[in-house]
Amino acid sequence: MSLFIQQVLNGIMLGSVYSLVALGLTLEYGILHIPNFAHGVLYMAGAYVTFLLATAVGLNFWLAMLIAMIVLGLIGILIERLVYRPLMLESHLSSFIAAIGLIFIFVDGALNIFGPDFKRFPPTHTQAFHILGVTITLQRIIIIGVTVILIVLLHLFIKKTIMGATIEATAQDREGAQLMGINVKRVRMIVFALGSALAAAAAALIAPIHLVHPGMGGPVILKAFVIIILGGMGSMPGAIIGGFIMGLVESLSGGYISTSYNEVFAFGVLVIVLTIRPTGLFGAK
Amino acid sequence: MAGKLFSFKNLIILLLLIFAFTIPCWVTSRFILHIVIMCCIWAMAATSMNLMMGYTGQINLAHGAFFGIGAYSAGLLILKVGMNFWPALILACIITVFVGLIIGLPALRTRGSYFAIGTMCFNVIVTVIIDSWEDLTEGARGLLGIPRPAPISLPFGMEITFTSMPAMYYLVLTSLLLTIWIIYRIVHSMLGRTFIAIKGNEELSESLGISAMRTKLLSFLISTFFAGWAGVLYASYIGFLSPEISDYHVTFELLIFCMIGGLGTMVGPLIGAIILTIISELLHGIAIPRMVAYGFLLVIITIFLPGGITGGIKMLWLRWNRKGEQ
Repeated sequence: MSLFIQQVLNGIMLGSVYSLVALGLTLEYGILHIPNFAHGVLYMAGAYVTFLLATAVGLNFWLAMLIAMIVLGLIGILIERLVYRPLMLESHLSSFIAAIGLIFIFVDGALNIFGPDFKRFPPTHTQAFHILGVTITLQRIIIIGVTVILIVLLHLFIKKTIMGATIEATAQDREGAQLMGINVKRVRMIVFALGSALAAAAAALIAPIHLVHPGMGGPVILKAFVIIILGGMGSMPGAIIGGFIMGLVESLSGGYISTSYNEVFAFGVLVIVLTIRPTGLFGAK
Repeated sequence: MAGKLFSFKNLIILLLLIFAFTIPCWVTSRFILHIVIMCCIWAMAATSMNLMMGYTGQINLAHGAFFGIGAYSAGLLILKVGMNFWPALILACIITVFVGLIIGLPALRTRGSYFAIGTMCFNVIVTVIIDSWEDLTEGARGLLGIPRPAPISLPFGMEITFTSMPAMYYLVLTSLLLTIWIIYRIVHSMLGRTFIAIKGNEELSESLGISAMRTKLLSFLISTFFAGWAGVLYASYIGFLSPEISDYHVTFELLIFCMIGGLGTMVGPLIGAIILTIISELLHGIAIPRMVAYGFLLVIITIFLPGGITGGIKMLWLRWNRKGEQ
């Protein structure tokens, strides 16, 4: 029983990270209508920025995370401005290819700057709690807590502010939004900044537990894609629920069956869902 | 264009063929011949990807997996079953198409971005299975010592052997030419027109009585067949296989070949594969961040030259012609 609870807790923790990454991705999809393959490298870059700030500069964890979110937000804006905006009117394929180019630049850039080895984050928040025969460290509680706070803040931002309303309007109907005087280009920039900052937050949160390395974005982004397909592309509740389902499936299958087929289970779920419903669980027909 | 035997286009094709067939006569360097062989193998895989992506308009991101499946099936059939190369080649292509059928049936129910990501997930699954199923595939250690193709015996005691580099080159070149010819014939047939119709507008072509599912599946299976074939040639030429050969990075690389050369044209994938293979083989020893350069190249080309190299040449040609008229 305690193994089960432990795995469920792990699953919720992993699910938090996946939710944050998938939320950014689904926001971007809602506005741009293209899957941003480069999202995973922004996650990786976020982890490296946090790592550098925490080790080389010596900032504390929270400050490092905040600055990483800002830096990545700016990088997100730059990418939107320099790469995705010129391709706005081209076919989806062009954006795909450009994103693959970005992946090469970031991953190989990180390889050349930081080397291929795994970086260990200085241990932070290592206090452990024992509840119901289960051990949980403070960092894991922080991950779950910060995720919940970020999701609530994002929700409030989108539902309660004018800027958030412009995002929602653009996602629903780009031409309509434009006719109402909404600056769609600015919305695209805000969404990219938000999405990239969320990815950076997710990476900063998980960095003290997992290791930091150039290839860390790949598996996460693939899972985030699975999540937003399961949840319906562009749907925010879908991304959150899908993220937690994915985390639980991964940690339970890893705990009870085998960790080496981890990805097969995750993608197997996707394949089964797509076979039954080709537009995802919550997607429109 | 068609009908004239001695057109300008046919003359160029003839010259290129003569050039291709005489390469081993005047190239003695094994290294250069190696590059040429790799160019042919990648060009074959890229051409097959182009059928699905350039002509049918479906972004299939599992193509590298089929390349890997072809390579691994041939390697396993030859090493573990002890088959002769030639039946193994045929069987490996059949296995690849069969896996393509299993993957294609569910994946092709989806469209657009869903299809792209779905197939990419299949690619990851295939790589993980090859990596983890150690009893069969030796996992990360890889398959070592796959032999070159077995000699073919001809009447009168003659034999064609494939131990030398030029012989291997002719085998690969013949396969490439066959691939190009078959895909060219398909694209310019009624079937090819239905592929292109699906690319143009799926709903509209369905209203004209084209079964979108059947057409897409057919295009998908044909392209997996040639991907598998290219994989078999790779396995037999290199002699060593590791799970990376089915990785989605291979898919990305093939995609880049098509994009940079020009998607949806016959020569595009060829040009892309040849130029980029040469560049990457030449850059092998040099310690510059190769992929960073690749990445920038890719982004710049997609933004400023959406039609790839062939698209760019075509544009220049049109502009030049227009100037001539004025």
